Amino acid sequence: MVTTLAPAREGQVVRRPAAPRGIRSKLTLPRMLLMPALVISIAITQIPFLVTIYYSTLRWNLLKPGDRGFVGFENYLQVLRSGDLFPSITATVMITGLSLVLSVFSGLIFALLLDRKFIGQAVARTLLITPFLVMPAAAALIWKYSMFDTNIGVLNASLQAIGLDPVAWNTQYPLATVVIVLTWQYTPFMMLIILAGLQSQSKDILEAASVDGAGAGRTFLYITMPHLRQYVEIAVLLGAITLVQVFDPIAIMTKGTGGTKTLAYLLYERAFIGLNVGEAAAYGVVVVILTIIVASVALRTLFSVFKVGASK
Amino acid sequence: MGSMKSVSTAVGAGLCVMALAACGAAGGGGGGGDGSKNVTLTLATVNNGQMKDMEKLKGTFEKAHPGVTVNFQVMEEGDLRSTVTADVANAAGQYDIVTVGSYEVPQWGANGWLTDLTEPLSDAAYDVDDLLPPVRQMLTVDDKQYAVPFYGESSLLMYNKDILDAAGVSLSDRPTWQEVADVARAVNSSDTAGICLRGKPGWGDMFAPLTTVVQTFGGNWYDMDWNAQVNSPEFVEAVTFYTDLLADAGEADPVSYSFNECLTALKNGKVAMWYDASVAASMLEADDSPVKGKIGYSHAPVVKTEEAGWLWSWNLAVPKNSKNKDMAVEFVKWATSKEYHNLVGEELGWSLVPPGARTSTYENPKYQEAAAAFAPITLEVINSVDPTHPGVNPQPWVGVQYVTIPEFQDVGNQVSQLVADAIAGRSTVQEALDKGQEIAQRGGDAQK
Repeated sequence: MVTTLAPAREGQVVRRPAAPRGIRSKLTLPRMLLMPALVISIAITQIPFLVTIYYSTLRWNLLKPGDRGFVGFENYLQVLRSGDLFPSITATVMITGLSLVLSVFSGLIFALLLDRKFIGQAVARTLLITPFLVMPAAAALIWKYSMFDTNIGVLNASLQAIGLDPVAWNTQYPLATVVIVLTWQYTPFMMLIILAGLQSQSKDILEAASVDGAGAGRTFLYITMPHLRQYVEIAVLLGAITLVQVFDPIAIMTKGTGGTKTLAYLLYERAFIGLNVGEAAAYGVVVVILTIIVASVALRTLFSVFKVGASK
Repeated sequence: MGSMKSVSTAVGAGLCVMALAACGAAGGGGGGGDGSKNVTLTLATVNNGQMKDMEKLKGTFEKAHPGVTVNFQVMEEGDLRSTVTADVANAAGQYDIVTVGSYEVPQWGANGWLTDLTEPLSDAAYDVDDLLPPVRQMLTVDDKQYAVPFYGESSLLMYNKDILDAAGVSLSDRPTWQEVADVARAVNSSDTAGICLRGKPGWGDMFAPLTTVVQTFGGNWYDMDWNAQVNSPEFVEAVTFYTDLLADAGEADPVSYSFNECLTALKNGKVAMWYDASVAASMLEADDSPVKGKIGYSHAPVVKTEEAGWLWSWNLAVPKNSKNKDMAVEFVKWATSKEYHNLVGEELGWSLVPPGARTSTYENPKYQEAAAAFAPITLEVINSVDPTHPGVNPQPWVGVQYVTIPEFQDVGNQVSQLVADAIAGRSTVQEALDKGQEIAQRGGDAQK
């Protein structure tokens, strides 16, 4: 992943001199050939969004065919008035944030363990990757019935084995339930990226460090950790993009109760349970605006913090 | 880099396949008009046993009608609901026959989305009066019948006789909720919960049994003027009773539990009693069930009303914009006929005949023998439920465990999430229902 991105970044920085006239005319045909692809990609990415904006100004419930009309910003007012939006933002931030932190942390530990030479390393690596290959809905079902179940679940059986009471996971700790499943699923993803980082470390530098008398702890803190920074960055970025959209464990296990109604699940409820096209479209537009703000402000700040930390 | 390329090729290929499949499905629906010889009927249905049996037997219909092919599209209940609603509401005409719940039929009928079947069903051979009257009543708006029940159900209290006997307690045929709660608390132990009740949020999950409890306690969702009644004393008392019973003697993790989870728990002796859909009886008495013959069945428990069972049916209907209307009606009549019930009995086994649809089925000696444990009580309960007036006070809609307005699935869903918070102890029942009242009132205001 990282190696494929690097040339693209450099390509943006290098400024090419303006092409001479002859070359420019030669470029006309290739550009014309690109047009259909460009037009189609604009059509399939932008037109649905414009249509969504239009829908968001309508009073339109699928079950009320006769009652459809323009209402202006009424749907947006309803989004703000209903009081569902802010708890949902909190839920999204909590679930995404906690799962990210936990899966990066455990991914780092597993990557460090896998980076050592031992017998059966390949088998261990394959087994550790498996959770990421399981379909999200299947993973949620596996956890619901074989892990969290109060009668036959592995977690509760283990608790009872050491003399503790079984825990009603979905009822009492819905947020933790979702975060545990997501951490289990995303740890392998983080692990793979960090492992790639670990294995790309120059052996010469590590050797030089040990010649200089640095112990394992210091080598890790001052050489390995700064080296891993960009790998963790990319892991966090990609992980955040996918985790923000999480839907399956919520729909299958907690049904949005107890602070697990994320923006994705809220949107689903408005559209497919409320069948209110106008309101759901308004939620969609608000979510897109919020995402753009977060993506352009928060992520940039986050990464500049990383960079400042590294330069010290 | 190489792997990236192959991944994108694979994704591209996948998209192409999906696009082709979509085109294929769309093309299939439009195949042939009424006049032409080859007709393809597209049927959308829900993935439960009785519907899959219908798919197995469709060959008999196709043989009797040369040139007709019936194409089944089987979906999860939630998917079916959203797919079919979107298709029918937008007049997309993808389906010739749709499977619709009794909650939607009157609304869709009134919207003019479904073909009026009153006239086609009136021939003597079909014997429309043989359909169970309360079920038929739910599907009729202004004397026009818009759908035909494929199977119907009510709710029953089911209990493991061995566990109750061991504890020295018993239940009558028509218990009250107080008696049931006492028995549940008496037999509750660390291994076996006293009673299984649905706690999974959703208007069709938690609020199917809970609404019947509310109604028999004297509460309801709305009064005759569509004023919400969700935080009325009766509603609060009923929900408090339900959550207290769950806390004292219910399954350990209620939010995870709905029909299937409770069924498994009762089969494995993890709960002593269960209040749920009557259709469960045929599964508890199936040959592979470990509790076959050990289960007792009672009427739905009551408090202030005579009867508290719910009423639900899965029905077949023909959308107004179907391109093969006549043949679609023909198929709907065949799949709900006496002849079809006999066919299921002969080919697949008598206990699998769709229950709760036709009176004559319950008079058939072969069915009576195969379904002896649950058939008489199912028929008795379905016939004694009054969908026009299930609670203590009159209501302005027809339906028992739901309110037949478009807003209800949203209202019921949100209130059930609030009740789940009360079950988990994150809020009190009163707080949950005060919030629920506001949500329900918005739905009620839309009816005024």
